[in-house]
Amino acid sequence: MTETATLAAAVDRYEVVIGLEVHAQLLTRSKMFCPCPADYTSAAPNENTCPVCLGLPGVLPTINQQAVDFTVRTALALHCDIPPFTKFDRKNYFYPDLPKGYQISQYDLPLSVNGLLEFPVAGESVRCGITRVHLEEDTGTMHHAGDVLQSATSSLIDLNRCGVPLMEIVGEPDLRTPEAAREYLVRLRQILTYIGVNDGNLEKGSFRCDANISLRPRGAHELGVKVEVKNMNSFRAVQRALESEIERQTGVLDAGGTLVQETRGWVEAQGRTISQRSKEQAHDYRYFPEPDLPPLRLDAAFVERVRATLPELPEARAHRFQQQYGLTAYDAAVLTDTRDEADTYEALVAAGVPAKLAANWQSGDVAALANEHHVPLQHSGLGIDGLTSLLRLVEAGTINGPTAKELLAELYVSGGNPEALVRERGLAQVSDTAELSALVDAAIAANPAAAADFRAGKQQALGQLMRAVKEATGGKADMPLVNRLLRERLSEQ
Amino acid sequence: MTPRTITELAAALRDGSATPRTLLSAALAHVDRTEKDLNAYLAVTRELGYAQADAAAHMLEEHPDMASPLCGIPMALKDVLCVDGIDTTAGSKILRGFKPPYTSTAVQRLFDAGAVCVGKTNCDEFAMGSSTENSAYGPVGNPWDIERVPGGSSGGSAATVAAGSVPYSLGSDTGGSIRQPAALTGVVGFKPTYGRISRYGLIAFASSLDQIGPFTRTVEDCALVYAAIAGHDPRDSTSDPRAVDDPLASLHAGVEGMRLGIPREYLGEGTEPGVRDAVQAAFRVLEAQGATLQEVSLPSTDVALSVYYIIAPAECSSNLARYDGVRFGSRVERPSLTDMYLQTRGAGFGNEVKRRVMLGTYALSSGYYDAYYRQAQKVRTLVSQEFEAVFKEVDAIVCPTSPSVAFPMGSHDDPLSMYMCDVVTLPANLAGIPGISVPCGFVDGLPVGLQVIAPRFEDARVMRVAHAYEQATGFHAQLSPYASAAA
Ligand SMILES: [Zn+2]
Repeated sequence: MTETATLAAAVDRYEVVIGLEVHAQLLTRSKMFCPCPADYTSAAPNENTCPVCLGLPGVLPTINQQAVDFTVRTALALHCDIPPFTKFDRKNYFYPDLPKGYQISQYDLPLSVNGLLEFPVAGESVRCGITRVHLEEDTGTMHHAGDVLQSATSSLIDLNRCGVPLMEIVGEPDLRTPEAAREYLVRLRQILTYIGVNDGNLEKGSFRCDANISLRPRGAHELGVKVEVKNMNSFRAVQRALESEIERQTGVLDAGGTLVQETRGWVEAQGRTISQRSKEQAHDYRYFPEPDLPPLRLDAAFVERVRATLPELPEARAHRFQQQYGLTAYDAAVLTDTRDEADTYEALVAAGVPAKLAANWQSGDVAALANEHHVPLQHSGLGIDGLTSLLRLVEAGTINGPTAKELLAELYVSGGNPEALVRERGLAQVSDTAELSALVDAAIAANPAAAADFRAGKQQALGQLMRAVKEATGGKADMPLVNRLLRERLSEQ
Repeated sequence: MTPRTITELAAALRDGSATPRTLLSAALAHVDRTEKDLNAYLAVTRELGYAQADAAAHMLEEHPDMASPLCGIPMALKDVLCVDGIDTTAGSKILRGFKPPYTSTAVQRLFDAGAVCVGKTNCDEFAMGSSTENSAYGPVGNPWDIERVPGGSSGGSAATVAAGSVPYSLGSDTGGSIRQPAALTGVVGFKPTYGRISRYGLIAFASSLDQIGPFTRTVEDCALVYAAIAGHDPRDSTSDPRAVDDPLASLHAGVEGMRLGIPREYLGEGTEPGVRDAVQAAFRVLEAQGATLQEVSLPSTDVALSVYYIIAPAECSSNLARYDGVRFGSRVERPSLTDMYLQTRGAGFGNEVKRRVMLGTYALSSGYYDAYYRQAQKVRTLVSQEFEAVFKEVDAIVCPTSPSVAFPMGSHDDPLSMYMCDVVTLPANLAGIPGISVPCGFVDGLPVGLQVIAPRFEDARVMRVAHAYEQATGFHAQLSPYASAAA
């Protein structure tokens, strides 16, 4: 059987239950509990550290208010309740990337609870509960001389990342397929980047996902044995890891075996998960309230102030784009994929570019160029203003489509003023009826066979005549006008 | 008469009979003469001290009116207080060689006032103990009888003031670690309200109980040091933002008309008869000053000790996790990480620290948390509520500081008998309220301390009562043999 067939067969007999835990670093200026810069990627190892994040004796944490604001913002975007009282707790375990020997996290009174995320899977809307969103601190990073710490001959520790604010978003076990898990993450990342709290980078680990998955026979009420899957650093990896885990668990259950509660790691190169830690080896984290930080009281007025900073969320914006600009659901979704994309679109329309024209160009040629050069429009040579000028020239009929495409590709890289360039190079479209009529006549005279074929009903013969006129204008002819003039002339006789 | 108090020394600096350098030199010479008997210091900071003395001299010369009363006065710091670039061990082998790259807030405030640091004082390892016998660097002698302990954990800070080397020092009090050694060495020791003094830079033992405070010869000096270090610190989220009452403003107001409570549970069977007699005599002195004394009850006192020995070890088990040999302090090299952790901590920590780390780890473990830690927190709340109820009836509590006078070294070899030393001091830590110990007599030549406890943020009231008592008696003026010899 093929992989897909195996999976389909498994899903026939077993219900898959998936819950996701996402760790998202917050885009704050400073770390969670000290004034060090939170940007850990551009600094030399251990440069962005201080006595507090190094866990030196005698230091104390202080709460980063921006991190609290961002977490509340996230909680609101995910329709969570925000209890008036929340506190931090210590999660105790030993590891060299955790200088204090405990992580400051939140245990029984998280910052927010009872949220909801809605997202489309294959055209259907799916809802997944959000158990909680809480705030904690990230650990440092380690570089082992060897694969893993246990067999390494030496290990280097970089504590730049240590103390970076980290949000943990725990989803309910409401997901039923690997595809839904993937789409949940796509929508969650979209929301976090929309509200400006996270940069959504799975590869660099600023947005990380662990999955809990269990299988139960269809119709059963009790949940099966839960396996936690880690080490997935792309959306695709999440989906593949869960698919592979479904196959593995199905195999065990079908063979009459029992699954063990454990943590497994996804090995991309091998396309399978391997066991990392059994339940017996699980840590006892000895959570207790962090005595160095007083509890936080988040009153309703504060929550409302944060709510006021929430931008329009992607789903609502896509809906509005359909209503306001007459876009299709597909175009609206594409153009609201990121907040930048949607802002760009609305800037073009606000500058007078017709909604449809802007949508076609932005999601077509502009998107292709952004992809090709790995530079978004706003950082390209052209910029949003340049594209606006270019599309105005198209709209006014000053240049034709092919000219606009060529200009777009050139200006995207090198920059420049489209209007000036059109003047300078004489790229303005030839749309003078008298001039074009003469060229049409000449084309018919030069291609009598094609003219005869068209008159005989062969529509495609028009192409040859169109090309002849186009060439005669150096590509600048207003082609819709040429098309009309040719048809008029050929139907006269 | 040789000047001995901060007030007297500050006057000497201003009338030209002393300079910061002569005071420091005298202090260093005194330390040199007495250290072989006392072992009160883990480090003498000669270089830092002279630099500070010169800066203080400059300040006194240029801006005599603006100079703090602490300017140019020598002092010592318990070795749990971090000072930039100065060895800080917390009395533990595991921190041997550790030099913090920063200075604790309370110490910085003293330095800013022109204080002159003589050295870092010996203490029980990580402030865990009541005799200073748990120091990895040897015990401290009590200046009244060097065969006896000075109390603990801030034994070195108490002993150096009692010996007359310095007029004041800082200690830390988690369950009585300032007040009990102050009582046992015949000096004033004050634990302020929790949140009054920043803990930033204080090596943590039990974060919700730890508080920095001074040892001095007089209550007035205590008020001066307290005023210099108290107040909000944005680097300590548990430090309180409200304004600090100036304790000097009400220091001389007396106790006329004050209602003072004597908790019947604090004078129980464990109290030595001599201590009881001295404290009861003190009550009569306060009565003669116009205070009304009445018996009050704090029924949870007997369980407070158990609660303390769950909460403090629980917090310590977590606070001491950072001593793992990875980044600072001593490390036992081993090929595997787990072995390195085990060997480093096994070799670096003493028995009492290990005992408390294990107690705390157990109390927080899954399956035991509810029975121990959660239950202890509930009783802790009860202890606070009982104090609140008592403070509706009385303005302050007066009682012994320690059930006994200084005991011979090695005499409390089982941990439980040592834990009993703090039975009348630790409730104030659980409730976060201020408490002071002031000398109130002698039993066979050994000092006894009177403790005064008041509601939260009534630190000035504690000093006011202690000052009234001190001025009416004069036990504070009696000097230990080491201090007399220096005269
Ligand atoms: Zn830092």
